[in-house]
Amino acid sequence: MSSDITSSPAEVAVTVNGVARALAAGSSLRDLIEALGFAGRPIAVEVDGDVVPRAALANRTLVGGERIEIVTFVGGG
Amino acid sequence: MHSVDTTAAIPALDDAPLVVGGITLASRLVVGTGKYATYAEMARCLDVSGTDCVTVAVRRERLINAAGENILDHLDAARYSLLPNTAGCYSADDAVRVARLGRELLRDMGSATSEWVKLEVLGDTKTLLPDPVGTLEATEKLVADGFSVLVYTSDDPVIAKRLKGLGAASVMPAGSPIGSGQGVLNANNLRICLEYLKDGDPAYPVIVDAGVGTASDVAFAMELGADGVLLNTAIAHAQDPVRMAAAMRAACQAGRLAFLAGRMPRRLYATASSPDDGRIVRPT
Repeated sequence: MSSDITSSPAEVAVTVNGVARALAAGSSLRDLIEALGFAGRPIAVEVDGDVVPRAALANRTLVGGERIEIVTFVGGG
Repeated sequence: MHSVDTTAAIPALDDAPLVVGGITLASRLVVGTGKYATYAEMARCLDVSGTDCVTVAVRRERLINAAGENILDHLDAARYSLLPNTAGCYSADDAVRVARLGRELLRDMGSATSEWVKLEVLGDTKTLLPDPVGTLEATEKLVADGFSVLVYTSDDPVIAKRLKGLGAASVMPAGSPIGSGQGVLNANNLRICLEYLKDGDPAYPVIVDAGVGTASDVAFAMELGADGVLLNTAIAHAQDPVRMAAAMRAACQAGRLAFLAGRMPRRLYATASSPDDGRIVRPT
């Protein structure tokens, strides 16, 4: 690692489905999805109220403080 | 096991299919996927009901045990059009958020109904009655965002007309409160809703959504001229859900046939079915 990022924290804190979670700095949304074991599952992702399409997950780097919702379909009327 | 074939005895309907938001449905029954004891029972009920359109809800994925079964493992997306709902939303903004997540899930699946939403904006946790103001607001926002909005509403004809005016793909008045099993409580309001919504636009789809308790409720709604009926609990919480699913299928077809056939007028007094002429006796 280069010395110019030593001021960056090693982790970022986000909230996933209402639960606080720490991730390695520089993690993308896709990294989070994979860490949670949701890769390939039928899910949709929202960050701070806005949907992030699957194709954009890898390019969305988490900076900390995001409120993330990961949803799927369940039975309902 | 059940061996009910409700279609064998029913003649083919000379009837145009139900089209909602550009999607043609073979069945006029829309069935919810909630409250079944098991996914296997749900799948069997959907199969027996004859439906080709089912509702689903959008909820947080479980962070623990995420490898568990998903409802989509038990729903053939090639067979059933999926209609995601906004159940549990009490504001227009929340409903729009949930609708967009449902759309993203369907788009990701390549679903033909990805722009569909069953809009519910609820006003009260006890009655689950719709909030008419929030429902109007959310309908406007979702239509502007390109959704085909199938909107759950009360049986108020004025609100129904306003929702259609805002561009709803289908207005879905409740027969009675969600999950109450009380059937159609105000047939006259439904009649007026149907008259207003279909005025000059007979193909406009009106689906009675909520309140069905048993098969006669479905038949009655269809006899009034509803284009379809959406139900869930009446099947899922029947003593024998699979048999009730068959009953709902038959009732939907019976009610539709009766509507198309046109019922006889009601009369206060009797009219004899056997001829007066040739009687060997006289009335006393």
